[in-house]
Amino acid sequence: MPPSTSPSSAAVRPSAAAPLRLDNALTLLRQAGQAEPPFPPGSADYLQALIDQLVDLSSRDPLSGLANRRNFEVALAREVDRVARSGESALLLMVDIDHFKRVNDSRGHAAGDLVIRAVGQALTDSVRPMDLVARIGGEEFAVLLPNCPAAFGPQVAARVRQRVARTEVALPDGPLLSVTVSVGGAFAPQWVRSTPGIWLQRADQQLYRAKAEGRDRVCLEPSAANEVSAQERELLLGGPTTRDPE
Amino acid sequence: MSDAVQRPAAPRGARITAITSGKGGVGKTFVAANLAAALARTGERVLVLDADLGLANLDVVLNLAARVTLHDVFTGRATLDEALQPAPGGFSVLLAGSGLVEYSRMTPEVRDKLLAVIDQVRPRFDHVLLDTGAGISDVVLFTVSLADEVLVVATPEPTSLTDAYATVKVLASTQAARPMHLLVNQVQRVGEGRAVRAQLQQVVDRFVNTTLAEPLNLALLGEVPLDPSVRESVQRRQLLMESLPGCPAAIALGVAAGKLLVP
Repeated sequence: MPPSTSPSSAAVRPSAAAPLRLDNALTLLRQAGQAEPPFPPGSADYLQALIDQLVDLSSRDPLSGLANRRNFEVALAREVDRVARSGESALLLMVDIDHFKRVNDSRGHAAGDLVIRAVGQALTDSVRPMDLVARIGGEEFAVLLPNCPAAFGPQVAARVRQRVARTEVALPDGPLLSVTVSVGGAFAPQWVRSTPGIWLQRADQQLYRAKAEGRDRVCLEPSAANEVSAQERELLLGGPTTRDPE
Repeated sequence: MSDAVQRPAAPRGARITAITSGKGGVGKTFVAANLAAALARTGERVLVLDADLGLANLDVVLNLAARVTLHDVFTGRATLDEALQPAPGGFSVLLAGSGLVEYSRMTPEVRDKLLAVIDQVRPRFDHVLLDTGAGISDVVLFTVSLADEVLVVATPEPTSLTDAYATVKVLASTQAARPMHLLVNQVQRVGEGRAVRAQLQQVVDRFVNTTLAEPLNLALLGEVPLDPSVRESVQRRQLLMESLPGCPAAIALGVAAGKLLVP
């Protein structure tokens, strides 16, 4: 087998002769509020700290400070592999702020930003430190909960929803604002090597269901045992002549 | 009995078909054994692996003594070669044995051991049929995930249909897309299999395919008529393809096996 040439496993030694252009990176980091690394400029420690800061910057959502979509996708893929390997139960929750457009339209985008931050904080506060909370779209968040037994799913998801509902956002010149979220969730198929895409789709499906059923609620994918709904059963056993009323 | 001439291994190794049903007692193991016999008759090298680790009964169906089993391979007491046995229909079997109840729950060990066995048998056969357990337990779902294609066995009976649908739905929504066949067993009239397929497909289209990027199409592998010969051969613990090859059910199974030969 050829030796691994993967850059992730190798310590890369930059050629000392080549000068690096760092001004763009430094400007970006300064804007993001990062202090310049406390090492002699150009030293290996300095460059390493700079790279670490850039990695952190590119994996975080600037508004909420949560993991961003890119970071989330990496974590999701890793979790799919882990679940296939260990058989542990893992839950993915998709969280969407209800009627967020109304907040933006009536209170302005600055208020919307405050709401996003507050919801992000409430989500982080409602789960364990090992869980990953990410902002993956405008008003859409995802929470990845490794090692979460199926029996705990409903309670965990309910806690997440309630925590947000209890949160009051203080607007600079107005009353306290509260928002609700809809939550959809699905467990990773244990043991089976699935794909992040399929898992995401299943959780999303439940989020759509929560929205369609009136928002401010949790919908988790039913467990395999009671998978067949009354509607499905009726269509399945009703005979091919049964026609839809629609 | 078997020809000693080693044919070159298929380029990608055996095609692995998981045979599953949702509900038990619909003739899954009967179908697996007789499809294997029908495939063997065409010169294919076929293995039936008893993947119903907890409640195996392939040995009962084939009237074989489970001397060396998958359990022995798993525990290192026997090699794979010692555990591979010839079955009456000209194919090979890997019996689970009844001491495998401890494997009815999925663990990393069971997974690794099953994977290792699959890796070893794949290059040596043209077809590997995985006779999975009933239900949709984690062991069944894992076993099915190892296959290149899935064969769902159902009868026209409502509980079988419902469980078959639940299985199809779980597989389609949680596992990678693969060809999925349906074999309808114990049909009472010609064309009932097609009607059952249409019925299942209709519900799949409405409730499953709306959620999938790649729509699932159930292909009808065949319908096997309710045939007194089946009962007779099962009670005598003989393969239908061997004992009564001319009966309607055996002919139907032969036709179904032919469709498994199409690449």
